Amino acid sequence: MVPSAAGLGQSVGVTEGFQLRGVRVEGVARPRLDGIDLDLPLDGITVVAGASGSGKSTLLRLLNRLDVADAGTITWRGTPLEETDVLLHRREVGMVFQRPTVAPGSVIDNLRLAAMDLDEESATDLCLLVDLEPSFLDRDASELSGGEKQRVCLARTIATGPAVILADEPTSSLDPAATEVIENLALRLAHPESPMPVGWVWVSHDPGQLRRLADRVVVLGEGRVLAEGNALDLVSHGDADVRRAVGAER
Amino acid sequence: MNEPLADIGLVGLAISGILIGVALVLSLVRRLGLEKDLFIAAVRALVQLLVVGLALRIVVDDDDPLVFTWIWVAFMAVVAAWTVRRRAPEVPNVIPLSLVAFTAAAIVSLGVLFGLGVFEPTGRAIVPIAGMMVGNSMTATVVVARRIVAEANDHRDLIEARLALGLSSQDAFAPHLRAALRTGLIPQIETTKTVGLIALPGAMTGLILAGVEPVEAVRVQVAVMYLVLGSVSTTAAVMAIGLTRGLFTSDHRLLPLGSLSSPQ
Repeated sequence: MVPSAAGLGQSVGVTEGFQLRGVRVEGVARPRLDGIDLDLPLDGITVVAGASGSGKSTLLRLLNRLDVADAGTITWRGTPLEETDVLLHRREVGMVFQRPTVAPGSVIDNLRLAAMDLDEESATDLCLLVDLEPSFLDRDASELSGGEKQRVCLARTIATGPAVILADEPTSSLDPAATEVIENLALRLAHPESPMPVGWVWVSHDPGQLRRLADRVVVLGEGRVLAEGNALDLVSHGDADVRRAVGAER
Repeated sequence: MNEPLADIGLVGLAISGILIGVALVLSLVRRLGLEKDLFIAAVRALVQLLVVGLALRIVVDDDDPLVFTWIWVAFMAVVAAWTVRRRAPEVPNVIPLSLVAFTAAAIVSLGVLFGLGVFEPTGRAIVPIAGMMVGNSMTATVVVARRIVAEANDHRDLIEARLALGLSSQDAFAPHLRAALRTGLIPQIETTKTVGLIALPGAMTGLILAGVEPVEAVRVQVAVMYLVLGSVSTTAAVMAIGLTRGLFTSDHRLLPLGSLSSPQ
């Protein structure tokens, strides 16, 4: 049985996700994140946009605890991150990276990295969930196409039963067809009536993708939050960088 | 014991120097430009070993206290640790880790050989055996240390992907640790497998030249081979585990490798 942790928080009536207050991460020339105040809810798809070097990936790495902030606080469902069990936290807050990275071995070997006792039936369900034929389970993961690998990575992350998936430009190295498959999958899983609803924090520099996916948008610039809200509202924002991020201006 | 064959005297030593001439001629004829290096290497080996020989007279004299012997062994370990650092400069904290690894190997292997009475615990036995232990372990230590750092650098994405799935740092790095240890240990295992088939090993050759019966020399050599295998395994394991711990934080984050290098 594929675990479904997405309901963990909702079942006890907790709906808040991440809260960041005054979060700062030092960088070489300037801070990578500079005083971030942000609430990221559990449901739907939050797209984090902004130019290269604006701190999008750094933000995601903080949320998965792959990095730590130099100042400020981050809470997850009301608990400061440093007080959570890091290994459990990472299973609850999954992460998919920009470059699809599969481990040596078959597809099912990769899925079992996330869930050691995963049986064939659950592995088949996971494959179908990410639009892969079950015959892929025995295939060498390293020989798959980029899009197929990324779907394996997604299935592997879903196997941990996350409440939220942090996706760091997961389609930037994929062709349009593979991108469409991944986007549709995200929309399906984010839907409240999905059998296992998962929230997304999705980093993207593609305004088209932002408009297709975003329930809400956060725009970063030079390590700061430039704007947050509905994509349609941000089209007429006063800051040209924000308008550019949502595709209202070239 | 038979009549020693290896007392070659100063004249014999000088005559053997003719053989350096073969290498010098090759370098001159083929224009390799190695004459100066060859000459320096030959003279340096002679001077170094003469100094070592004189010092060893104090250390291996049965009437002298063993403290000189252990000082000698400690000195060898320190020199070996510096050599590891020179050969693997990119490895963080390599000197203290090497010293811990050599100490652990000394406790295990010398403990077995001398503690259980395989050899008499005299300076004459401890110094050459510790020398073989440290010398052979050094190569494996360098290989394992460099490979671990390369694995952490080259497979950062994969290691972080495993961490992001909730694996502990130990589990996330386990395949890479295995690869590094295999790389360090396989050459020694292969050498042990083929010993005697291609060339007679050093200790056995020395003993036979010194007039010891070949079968007796074989017994000593086999004990030495086992010593080398044991100490290589110990140093490689200690270096690998120590270094791996330094790659991660206690909350299972992989540190950027640049931040690991400490001034040495």
